[in-house]
Amino acid sequence: MTGLPVLSILILLPAVGAALIPFLRDAQTARWFALVFLLVDFLIAVWLLVTFDVSSSAMQFGEHYDWVPSLGISYRLGVDGISVWFVLLTTLLGWICVLASWTSITTRVREFMTCLLAMQSLMVGVFCALDMILFYVLWEAMLVPMYLIIGIWGGKNRVYAAFKFFLYTLAGSLLFLIGILLLYFSGGQTFDMLALMEAQYPFQLQIWVFLAFLVAFAVKVPMVPLHTWLPDAHVQAPTAGSIILAGVLLKMGAYGFLRFSLPMLPEASHYLAPLMITLSAVAIVYGGLLALAQSDIKKLIAYSSVSHMGLITLGLFTFDAMGLSGAVIQMFNHGITTGALFLCVGLIYERSHSREITDYGGLIKAVPLFGVLFAAFLLASMALPGLNGFIGELLVLAGAFGVSGWAGAAGVLGALIGAAYLLGVYRQMLLGPVNAPNGAALWDLNQRELACAVPLLLFVIWFGLYPKPFLTILQPSLDHLMMQLNVVVTP
Amino acid sequence: MDLTQVKTSVLLSGPEIIVILGACVALMLSLVPRPGQGGLIAGLSLMMIALAAAMSVTLGHTPQSAYQGMFVIDGLATYFKLLLCLGTALTILISSGYLADENADKGEYYVLLLFALSGAMIMVSGTDLLIIYIGLELQALSIYVLVGFLTTNTRSNEAALKYVILGAFSSGLLLFGLSLFYGLTGTTQLGAMATALGDADTNDPLLVLATLFLLAGLLFKVGAVPFHMWVPDIYEGAPSPVTGFMSTVGKVAAFAVILRLFMHDLTTLAPIWRTSVVVVAVLTMGLGSLAALVQSNIKRMLAYSSIAHGGFLLLGLLAGGSDGLASVMLYLLVFTLMNLGLFAVIILLNQGADRGEPIWDFTGLAKSHPGLALITLVFLLSLAGIPPTGGFFAKFYVLLALVETGQVTLAVVAVLFSAVSAWFYLRIIMLMYMKETDHPVKVQITPSIQLALIVTLIGTVLTGILPALFLDTAQAAALAGLS
Repeated sequence: MTGLPVLSILILLPAVGAALIPFLRDAQTARWFALVFLLVDFLIAVWLLVTFDVSSSAMQFGEHYDWVPSLGISYRLGVDGISVWFVLLTTLLGWICVLASWTSITTRVREFMTCLLAMQSLMVGVFCALDMILFYVLWEAMLVPMYLIIGIWGGKNRVYAAFKFFLYTLAGSLLFLIGILLLYFSGGQTFDMLALMEAQYPFQLQIWVFLAFLVAFAVKVPMVPLHTWLPDAHVQAPTAGSIILAGVLLKMGAYGFLRFSLPMLPEASHYLAPLMITLSAVAIVYGGLLALAQSDIKKLIAYSSVSHMGLITLGLFTFDAMGLSGAVIQMFNHGITTGALFLCVGLIYERSHSREITDYGGLIKAVPLFGVLFAAFLLASMALPGLNGFIGELLVLAGAFGVSGWAGAAGVLGALIGAAYLLGVYRQMLLGPVNAPNGAALWDLNQRELACAVPLLLFVIWFGLYPKPFLTILQPSLDHLMMQLNVVVTP
Repeated sequence: MDLTQVKTSVLLSGPEIIVILGACVALMLSLVPRPGQGGLIAGLSLMMIALAAAMSVTLGHTPQSAYQGMFVIDGLATYFKLLLCLGTALTILISSGYLADENADKGEYYVLLLFALSGAMIMVSGTDLLIIYIGLELQALSIYVLVGFLTTNTRSNEAALKYVILGAFSSGLLLFGLSLFYGLTGTTQLGAMATALGDADTNDPLLVLATLFLLAGLLFKVGAVPFHMWVPDIYEGAPSPVTGFMSTVGKVAAFAVILRLFMHDLTTLAPIWRTSVVVVAVLTMGLGSLAALVQSNIKRMLAYSSIAHGGFLLLGLLAGGSDGLASVMLYLLVFTLMNLGLFAVIILLNQGADRGEPIWDFTGLAKSHPGLALITLVFLLSLAGIPPTGGFFAKFYVLLALVETGQVTLAVVAVLFSAVSAWFYLRIIMLMYMKETDHPVKVQITPSIQLALIVTLIGTVLTGILPALFLDTAQAAALAGLS
């Protein structure tokens, strides 16, 4: 443990950037400024990963200051083998978002970059927070920049989508707050997550708190039937907003289950697992079928997210070593792949201003670089062996079959439907005769666009071929989680 | 009462005396017609308020009784007096520009504000029902005149008339409850009354009637449902700074009395009022949040929003204990800051051609005045209870106190209405940031209103980011008050 407060620097750097941007002269300076801040933040996150002690499941890089001592609230940070990956994912997507918005955002650029930087600060904070109230404050404060990103720079229906996003999430999180307070009084009047994980709670209380948490996390994930805000938000949000939503925000719901529901409420988790597995199975199939029916590419990816996130929650509630690690891997990979898909859609939309799948054809011939990248991300999303989606999906399915045959079957069905709609997009948009909407001129990716897409491709291939480093860092923390879950199973 | 007692009593009521003296001097100054006298009197008033606040701090919060048990200095009184001084000072800062614009820049305005403040200060320090009543009437009479201060404006006159009639009615209720208490216990002094009621039967119909009348009178003053009907009309009609004053200082004083009566002295009455306050609190939050959804006049919307906040404050009363008490105290501080901050913005925006306050005045503010829009954003988020602003922490602490006493259902109801109420604050944010207009409002920021904005902004943010600073004060005052 070094004396340097790395995590605080990681969190505060973008915040400082956000505070400084309004004083910049013009839009171009603001873009470069945001890019530099977020790149530095990313490099710090990489350094964090490199120096991470893989042999331990304990929280590392810990920091602790009193915040409201009389109520037991503190500023407490730390990362374990799970959250360190999400910090990396967040910071990676952060600077990619700036590059992706370089030319597509032309109005109020400084405000936009302020929102992006603020978002990054809050998101990293959420993954590092080890105090419930700190977590809650960051989690909820995140709504504001996201609301502005969707509402100011979004599409035609942006205001409606922004309101829907805000109110859904707010209503969910307020119940989460009540759940936190119940745990606080039952767990020894502290908001320290690690202490709350150690405490034992009566079964009845666990059930209520679990349900309160469920509403908050299910909105964020989103799980059917609380998913209806997602397609609106995704379709209306600008590219950077979609990338952040799909890449990081959705993961926070699953992260919530992983960090709170499972370790703090193990008995309730076991008791309510059938409900969770059913909801997940429904989400997988229903989300997949909805995606199959879409003609708007952004909507299709949004519904495919519902389906894929269903797979993640399914894996989490198998309580099986394979299912659980599969779910975490899938969380990370889904962030990369879906973020990349939204990026690709954003790039092509910038050229042709259409999101209709049938408007396109033969892109691989017309714009080969773009075509190859888009194809790779589509295949990765389909979980083609050798690309990053495969291992997570396989592990989740293996875990699911161990618990319930039909849940596993739903997973397989979801994967099949996924192959159907993703290959459908692949065939329509990439193959066949060249076709662009209204004869719009298409041009291939320039260096800036390659710079944001290629790093994602590297991750896709790296985790597809050699996921071992990932698993090594993850394993101790997952083992620890399994232990917390099983302590109570055999009372 | 010998001379030393008189001396201590006078000393302990020093802050009130300073404010009243200030009012008298200001009154005499205002008789000398001179251009620009408004500014002079405003400065004098601010100075007197600062003096009174300083004196309050010096007196501290160790309980000391004066005027033979009719008046007390304790944690509650000191905390609330400082808060009242803050609220009045901010009101004065946001008033001057507005009054000049309305051609009503007269010294009497500040005189009345100071008298209202002294009445409110007497309310929070009174330990005798009659003293409390006198303070309340002094405050109410001054506000009646202030509401009708724009003599040529029919809306202002109408509001004043309505307020006088309804206010007199509520004072009647209060007085009726008070006299019943006197009949039952033979005293109006709270300490003696608590002793007399020590083993009273809480099913005694007379006692129930007395409690409910007293409660109704006070709930009327805070605008709780079903005694809320006056609030929207009067908030809309009154001059904007006066609306800000009523919704903060008026509310703080009334809540201070409620806290002193029902949580501090007459705790034995709890079984009588408990159920009715639960119903009132839920109805107040519900009606406030739902009715605000459809308002298109910002002052009317804030009237309903302040009704909803009043409901939330009543939850702190229901939570009880030192946390309940401290949570209401903290909430009132945050509410004063954020509400007066937003009123400062409204006053700035109202300098357009039409004197109405349609929410569409906010359209496109982020483009024409990004800084002001950002400040407004903070106030609105705070009112909606979004972290990391003070409004979140205030609500959080009330919820904490509620859950602590096992009233989880009430807490859930409260957060659901809180989510509903977020909608109408968001709508203003939407107008500021997501809509554009061809006729952006012209805003002229005067130094005094700028100072008010800075103070309220810093306060709203600081109570959210470093709540410990304020929380510890409130908790200490609450504990000292309960001991």
